[in-house]
Amino acid sequence: MTKAPAIETKGLTKTYGSGNTEVQAMIDVNFTLGKGEVVALVGPSGAGKSTLLSSVGLINFPTSGDIFVDGAQVVAGSEPLVDVRAFRRKHIGYVFQRANLIPFLTALENVQLALEINDTPSGEAKKRAIELINYLGVGDRLKNLPHMLSGGQQQRIAVARSLANNPSLVLADEPTAALDSVRGRQVMELFRQVAHDQGAGVLVVTHDHRSLDVFDRILEMEDGVLIHKIEQENGTTH
Amino acid sequence: MNLAFRDIRHNFARFALTAVGVGLLLMIVMGMGGIYRGLIEDALLLVNRIGADLWVVQQGTRGPFAEVSRIPVNFEDRVRAVPGVLNSRGFVSHTIQREFRNQPLRIVVQGLSWPDDKGQWLPLIAGRPLGAAHYEMIADRLLGLSIGDVLKLGRDNYTVVGITKGMVGQGGDGLGFFTMRDALTIQWDLSSESIRLERAARKARAFGQDIGKTQPFLIERTQGPSSSLPVLAKPMISAVLVDVRPGADISSVINTISAWGDATVYTADEQRALLLKGMVDRARRQLGLFRALLIIISAIIMALIIYTLTLDKLHDIATLKLMGARNSTILGLILQQALVLGAIGYVLAYYFGQWIFPRFPRRVIVQQEDLISLAIVVVIISILSSALGIWKAMKVQANEALQ
Repeated sequence: MTKAPAIETKGLTKTYGSGNTEVQAMIDVNFTLGKGEVVALVGPSGAGKSTLLSSVGLINFPTSGDIFVDGAQVVAGSEPLVDVRAFRRKHIGYVFQRANLIPFLTALENVQLALEINDTPSGEAKKRAIELINYLGVGDRLKNLPHMLSGGQQQRIAVARSLANNPSLVLADEPTAALDSVRGRQVMELFRQVAHDQGAGVLVVTHDHRSLDVFDRILEMEDGVLIHKIEQENGTTH
Repeated sequence: MNLAFRDIRHNFARFALTAVGVGLLLMIVMGMGGIYRGLIEDALLLVNRIGADLWVVQQGTRGPFAEVSRIPVNFEDRVRAVPGVLNSRGFVSHTIQREFRNQPLRIVVQGLSWPDDKGQWLPLIAGRPLGAAHYEMIADRLLGLSIGDVLKLGRDNYTVVGITKGMVGQGGDGLGFFTMRDALTIQWDLSSESIRLERAARKARAFGQDIGKTQPFLIERTQGPSSSLPVLAKPMISAVLVDVRPGADISSVINTISAWGDATVYTADEQRALLLKGMVDRARRQLGLFRALLIIISAIIMALIIYTLTLDKLHDIATLKLMGARNSTILGLILQQALVLGAIGYVLAYYFGQWIFPRFPRRVIVQQEDLISLAIVVVIISILSSALGIWKAMKVQANEALQ
């Protein structure tokens, strides 16, 4: 099954420093992530996973290479071709190692805020936020502040927030690092469910090898190079 | 969604405590303005309340407030004879300090031209105007006296028959109103020993003159009261207050009296100017500068508070940026909090002031125009103080949310 690419990179490189202190964090990284596809990005610390994630998330820009989202080029070389903040709020959802929920907003408000930032009217935003939170199984926690939620519940709210604007791409950076194995697996399965149900491309940086069977594909990085592209039984061919 | 309101709701206790601090600070700014107004009001109170058109004082002086002025009491009659003058009154004012109920009592003694002036124009809150030529007084409530209280001043006892409100001198001491003669008696009160010594000195001086040696009756007269000596003038007064007849040419009256050569005439406005530019000018400027400093300090403290509140939210701001929030959303969060803090602080300052200012020993007058000015200043301070926080927030990068 071939899916339309949520994201495509061509020849991405990232170099930090110069001369003797020069470090190549990414070297000629080429990959494609289809819509509805859930892909794990693994590798040792310092392999360049987070650098790749922040590049395709339009947070930090590569030194060279091209990035396409939904078929449109958004980065050429080290320069963005779009208003990155506007692009992020419309097309990209993020989930972090920590849930990074806004502490003074309730679970519902955290999700609703993502919609309102994207100019969704308040009433409509609230309705959509409730739907998402219910979909992720934490509908009984709508009015709780983040500190009243468990780590797993917080991550579910964070996932709901990342999906609020129907992004074509969801990026997650070690989202289960702070969770126990059971909760961690639940979150990973949630990503798979989201990718397939919502049609978003999901790229997850993880060290958690116990849940890798959940993913359609596994990408492995080492020393800035994308070295393995492992297709799984439940995954796509690419 | 209003993020500022939700952040305040979440950190309510902290925000409330901060607002109380800002409120107390703004109350001091408000109070300094009130003290400034009170100083001016107190300085001008007598001139305004007495309502005379002209003040006749000793020639070449700027009396009777800015410096000492002494003119003979018969000036009152001389002035009354000038064409265009409706009425003239003597003015005596001096401050005394006595013990009353084991407490120091400072009174600004004011003389009223009995029987024309019984103090009917005074703002009485209890009792009545003066009803006798001697031994009665009207006291301001600031003096802490009550109707019927008897005060011994010099050799005589004075009964409080009326209480005024808000009648204070330039030093903030309460006014006491007496008949002119009583006021002078209080002013020139001497002990028996002083009188005896003065009589002895008078006798010795008379003996030293040929006239004393040739006129034995004169020696005898020197031993009597000062007021019975034809060669000794009656006690001097400070000024004569003039009411000009309606429709009369005031400049003509001024020119006539000024031409005498022993008097200087000031209009009520000139007297006010003398008070403001002379007596209270330094205090006024000092208070003004102090108030300006307080406003600057308030702005700095508010800026630090808003900056600290922003620092606490830097990670959240980075998250908002990562989510794609516009700068206006982040700017609104900080600016609205600064404005809410300023507004709550201002309201608290007003109510704290309403409670505490009346307890100040001197008058603190908070006028509506000052309240409006301070409100505008608070808005400006709030905006300026949020600038530092906004600058810090704008510098935050979205990738800081990943750390």
